[in-house]
Amino acid sequence: MVLSAIDSASTVLAADAGWTILFTGDNLTRLLGGLWTSVSIAGLALVFGIPLGVVLGALRILRNPVLRAVLRLYLEFFRIIPTLVILFLFYYILPREMGVQVDGETIAVVAFGLWVAAEISDVVRGALISVPEHQIDAGKALGMNGLQLLWYVRLPQSINLMVPATINLAARVIMTTSLLLLISVIDVITVGQQIMEANRMAHPDSAFWVYGFVFLLYFIVCWPLAMIARALEKRAKERNNG
Amino acid sequence: MSWQVIQQALPLFRKAFVLTLELSAIGVALATILGLAIALVREYRVPVASQVCATFEELLRNTPLLIQLFFLYYGFPSIGIKLSAQACAIIGISLLGAAYMSGAFRGGFSGIPTIQVESAKALGLSPLQMIRHVTLPQGLTRSVPAVAANAIFLVKETSVFTVIAVPELTNTARDLIGMYYRTDEYLLMLVVAYAIILIPLSVMLTLLERRVRRGTFGD
Repeated sequence: MVLSAIDSASTVLAADAGWTILFTGDNLTRLLGGLWTSVSIAGLALVFGIPLGVVLGALRILRNPVLRAVLRLYLEFFRIIPTLVILFLFYYILPREMGVQVDGETIAVVAFGLWVAAEISDVVRGALISVPEHQIDAGKALGMNGLQLLWYVRLPQSINLMVPATINLAARVIMTTSLLLLISVIDVITVGQQIMEANRMAHPDSAFWVYGFVFLLYFIVCWPLAMIARALEKRAKERNNG
Repeated sequence: MSWQVIQQALPLFRKAFVLTLELSAIGVALATILGLAIALVREYRVPVASQVCATFEELLRNTPLLIQLFFLYYGFPSIGIKLSAQACAIIGISLLGAAYMSGAFRGGFSGIPTIQVESAKALGLSPLQMIRHVTLPQGLTRSVPAVAANAIFLVKETSVFTVIAVPELTNTARDLIGMYYRTDEYLLMLVVAYAIILIPLSVMLTLLERRVRRGTFGD
């Protein structure tokens, strides 16, 4: 009817034919819903991964050689194997080992959570050992025990190094959620593909606009995080140089 | 776990291994060259070009490679530009890599003391002479660890090429799993293949970091 008349008119004006499908019906809401799925998976992975990573990072400054080797191995595994492969490992092995059906979302949260913990453990370790040795000695002279040294001396003086690195990691995790369509999670890209599929006849050129729009969505989410991290990094550097 | 399954899949994996290496090498090489050019443009604040380069860098660093590849492979044909999957893969990884490499080089350049540049200007060096005799010799060594870290990152990112059906390692493993359901064997081979490529690279990175540290700080 009227809509299809508008449609055929716009396909003639090829330049603006495709982008209209972004705003027809509830397509925009659906795309944003898909984005929310991706962002919330990243959020959950961070919520579980960061505390675990902080504990692992604190353990890595202990002088226990076995513990250090094990934690280092854990980190290197997640550093060396591509995230996509890690995702597949969890996707194929986890449900079988646990003997239950696990959905893609859960698998993603577990896999990304452990990855986040590995990366955070290195951030925390690096920041903790950057605290000058005389500060630790002063704490010891005051009779502090290991946990007190960590809580009152090391953490307060290194947290401004940890925060920007963590925000950068958060942006990386959000970008990595783009891989979730490969383990059949309905994320923003899958929604985009469904929209294109439904409009194949009316808008054969929709791929350009839909993928372009998803590209933009990711940018809108991740760029501010990168900017905040950069500003905090700069501030931390200035403060640490006196 | 069956040895026979592994043996039968070996030729396919070998082919994929070589392709992954080739694509990685081309990608890293192009990314390094392009990234250095971008870093120089931004370091010397070439009007207009440096703003364009900064925008390009922010856009590519803050979006996933997967969607960049989809845009190139599925989006571009609708505006009349058709590229093969491998061409898209190489363009995608080179552009993404260039955005990261530029950051690495700029980090290296920023470590050069201002007095070096001021002295070069006082001696009347032209911008090209300054690049050749001051910025590059002092900046490149400092950039080496970050460049190597980016190279490792890019090799890992080649696994994303599977989404546009480039028959590299991850794609081969996915295909085989889809056909024969021997997940354990194929996943093991996949992990081992990446480990063979990436462990030596990561050891090299550690050594390089130590070497540059010694070169710069003498310890």
